[in-house]
Amino acid sequence: MAETKKIATRESFGLALCELAKDHPEIVVLDADLAAATKTEIFKKAYPDRFFDCGIAEGNMIGVAAGLAACGKVPFAASFAMFATGRAYEQIRNSVGYPHLNVKIAGSHAGITVGEDGATHQCCEDLALMRTIPGMVVLNPADHYEMTEAVKAAYAYNGPVYIRLGRLAIETFNDPDNYHFEIGKGITLKEGNDVTVIATGLVVNEALKAVKALEENGVNARLINMHTIKPIDKDIIIKAAKETGRIITVEEHNVIGGLGEAVCAVTAENCPVPVNKIGVEDIYGHSGPALGLLEEFGLDAKGLEKKITELLK
Amino acid sequence: MNNQQLLELKKTACKVRMQIIEGVFNAKSGHPGGSLSSADMITYLYFKEMNVDPQNPRDPKRDRFVLSKGHCAPALYGALALKGYFSVDEIKSLRHIGAMLQGHPDMKHTPGIDMSSGSLGQGISAACGMALAAKYDGSDYRVYTMLGDGECEEGQVWEAAMFASHYKLDNLCVVVDFNGLQIDGHVNDVAGLEPIDKKFESFGFEIIKIDGNDFAQIESAFEKAKTVKGKPTVIIAATVKGKGVSYMENQVGWHGKAPNAGEYKTAMEELQTQLKALEA
Repeated sequence: MAETKKIATRESFGLALCELAKDHPEIVVLDADLAAATKTEIFKKAYPDRFFDCGIAEGNMIGVAAGLAACGKVPFAASFAMFATGRAYEQIRNSVGYPHLNVKIAGSHAGITVGEDGATHQCCEDLALMRTIPGMVVLNPADHYEMTEAVKAAYAYNGPVYIRLGRLAIETFNDPDNYHFEIGKGITLKEGNDVTVIATGLVVNEALKAVKALEENGVNARLINMHTIKPIDKDIIIKAAKETGRIITVEEHNVIGGLGEAVCAVTAENCPVPVNKIGVEDIYGHSGPALGLLEEFGLDAKGLEKKITELLK
Repeated sequence: MNNQQLLELKKTACKVRMQIIEGVFNAKSGHPGGSLSSADMITYLYFKEMNVDPQNPRDPKRDRFVLSKGHCAPALYGALALKGYFSVDEIKSLRHIGAMLQGHPDMKHTPGIDMSSGSLGQGISAACGMALAAKYDGSDYRVYTMLGDGECEEGQVWEAAMFASHYKLDNLCVVVDFNGLQIDGHVNDVAGLEPIDKKFESFGFEIIKIDGNDFAQIESAFEKAKTVKGKPTVIIAATVKGKGVSYMENQVGWHGKAPNAGEYKTAMEELQTQLKALEA
């Protein structure tokens, strides 16, 4: 069974990168003066000659990554999600996406669980921004094991990938002995036929606790962990829509442009069913402890249980 | 460079200019002014300076060129076609639906293009990444990139300049095509860049100032750049926008406009006259 240790996915990312780099000398890492926070410092310590700090200049960092990739390297470029995808959006779009270069972009401190730093750093738009770039793979792993496998899969995929990392240390819930990650394949964590909950990233474990609690109240909910936002797993969504007739999405992201709308796009075209989107309701976050914010925004297990119960009334 | 080589370069540059006019005229759009100002330097790069082979455009050991001022693609396309990367016939379909030659360079579909570019300020960063890759691999290829003067108003250019200097990218040679004009007017009226040499110098670059339409000066600049160690080089090249076509020279209106049929005929006649004089 899964251990109950807590680890932030940013740290899992740093560790996975370090492990992967052993056998792949073409992997290099770039950061924009946030190595201590994005945890690329783990890589930096192990491979100082393969780590290049670009300073606080995210646009240039993405361009440098593009140039490295054009010469056969596999660069992982990391910063906070806000600056990696927001500040450098156009560099990603034109210098990485358009030529489909093999650049991996890691956005740490995503969502409201950045906590105390507040709204300027709480990026709830990164998945939306990255989804719009043709050819971009968008990954949002939910725990340590999933992040470890996602980093390997991102490396194995020849093309641009965005990986969302969280700051908050979270429980691991996936079982490493029975876990398989495949880009674009959602994972059914719990079977059920009353309703389907589709969650992504840091809030998957909260949703798992919520659907287990609902079970005790007689609601048999299916739970899907959608670690890949793009390409989205159409089959698993259509099957859920047909079998349960209703979908509720859960994400630590603006309800505009993220998982919820990606799911709606699939159901609308293939199997129209009611879809409710739980997430950040098109507002900015604010300062406070991460767990307090998760509770305030209704994205913790209790909040999700309450919201889902209300929606099903 | 002996006189024969100089003459050949001048003839090739004239032919590149004809391709610029041919491409932009047939496209009914594009950027002739900056393409013509940079044509001599781009010709020098592909026909004298760079270690490249049109038969092996993806050779990992080749020198790289990133046209950061990507809107001047017609000059690059002209040079690549004449060098043999693709048929000169492609030039006539520049910017057409289904054509290989896009309005701005596309590395995915055009042989010889080392980096997709066109969004100003981004090419120099990619060139930095390529130069860094060469250092990382212990490879001795060189990386060249060309900026417009107006392009230097982009903040990313200076982020990249800091990076190039910090990582001592002496295998990187930046060229600024300083023709003095941008879309909205004279560079110094729009958002003054001077003293651009002092700016690059303070960012840690070796500075070389030349007349970018003079092959002897172009040659000495690129030769000198190769001897610089421990820091990147910038060649600040004063050029004439629209060079070679009398009515386009130093005219801001020809930054991004195609000639009509009459103007096309005049331009081609002028360039033919120049070529004949060189061949005489």
